[in-house]
Amino acid sequence: MAQVKRPLSPHLQVYRWGWHMAASIINRATGVALAFGSILLTWWLVAMATGHDYFDQVQGYAGSIIGRLVLFGITFALMQHLAGGIRHLFMDAGKLYELKANTSSARLTFVFSIVMTIVIWVAAYKVMGVM
Amino acid sequence: MAEFSLPKNSRVGKGKTVKADGASNTRAFHVYRWNPDDGENPRMDTFEVDMDNCGPMVLDALIKIKNEMDSTVTFRRSCREGVCGSCAMNINGKNGLACTTAIDDAKGDVAITPLPHQEVVKDLVPDLSNFYAQYASIKPWMQTQSTTPEKERLQSHEDRAKLDGLYECILCACCSTSCPSYWWNGDKYLGPAILLQAYRWLIDSRDEATGDRLDHLEDPFRLYRCHTIMNCANACPKGLNPAKAIAEIKKMMVERKG
Repeated sequence: MAQVKRPLSPHLQVYRWGWHMAASIINRATGVALAFGSILLTWWLVAMATGHDYFDQVQGYAGSIIGRLVLFGITFALMQHLAGGIRHLFMDAGKLYELKANTSSARLTFVFSIVMTIVIWVAAYKVMGVM
Repeated sequence: MAEFSLPKNSRVGKGKTVKADGASNTRAFHVYRWNPDDGENPRMDTFEVDMDNCGPMVLDALIKIKNEMDSTVTFRRSCREGVCGSCAMNINGKNGLACTTAIDDAKGDVAITPLPHQEVVKDLVPDLSNFYAQYASIKPWMQTQSTTPEKERLQSHEDRAKLDGLYECILCACCSTSCPSYWWNGDKYLGPAILLQAYRWLIDSRDEATGDRLDHLEDPFRLYRCHTIMNCANACPKGLNPAKAIAEIKKMMVERKG
């Protein structure tokens, strides 16, 4: 009989998501996002060093609706990646492997990042005197 | 680079529906089918099973389907009590043994596919050759250099207790095939089941090849592709924790460097 090419069984298409899996992939995704974010940060710093006019221009971009949305995203990414990083630190030390503790710590990273993102933005608007 | 979608020949189509004649209490089982002889893509067949006349486990339903509805449905099974590991498959998105998974654990329909990201031999039967070859690669037997004693090699109760949570592994491959890291790098990464087995020999007080065993695992892929996603421990039908065993191996690696 001629050898038929065997199919690959479904994986991501069928696997049921859990908090542990979500925390893992979002940690990687936010890491990638922050790498791009660091380019924006560099741009902002370069603008600061370049001169007053150019810095004002870049500040204008950052303050626009799109700019604020991007900054809001970066804030969330940073907080989520921070929480995920701390969780990984515990796991590297051999902790948080029991299923219950592992799942609740995964959920906690999301609670932390969402709360912190809101707190940071409320604080920022308060400092600016908008709120 | 990881391939997230299925290759063209692996996309799953819609199959046939077989009704349970005259039964009132039925449940739909969607079963992955692929026949190497017809040249077609895989498909999901639906079998409406008479639940008033069926055992409680997913394996009972599969056997009933094979006996009464379609004798060509192909799957592995043997012990029907969770000790052989043959009937490992993906049931409603989670890997487990069909014989120890209750049908009532699912709310509605039950979808059954083969263990994820494996080559399919037929229907629910995956090709586990790579998995078994990886198992052989860790030399899963006791290795000694010291003189063979007159009688058996003795072990204290404490040292024996270190094997608890490891020796129970039945090598069903539920954990390894639940692991995204194993999906993307299964050719080089040993995966949770094999690493749990490796750890079982690493901490056996009677084994004398600990150094060689660690040398074999000291590799960017074999061990360190574990990113502690924890799908393995969540999938294990025996309640074991391969992720923790892998973490212990990583600790041994650090400790031996001093």
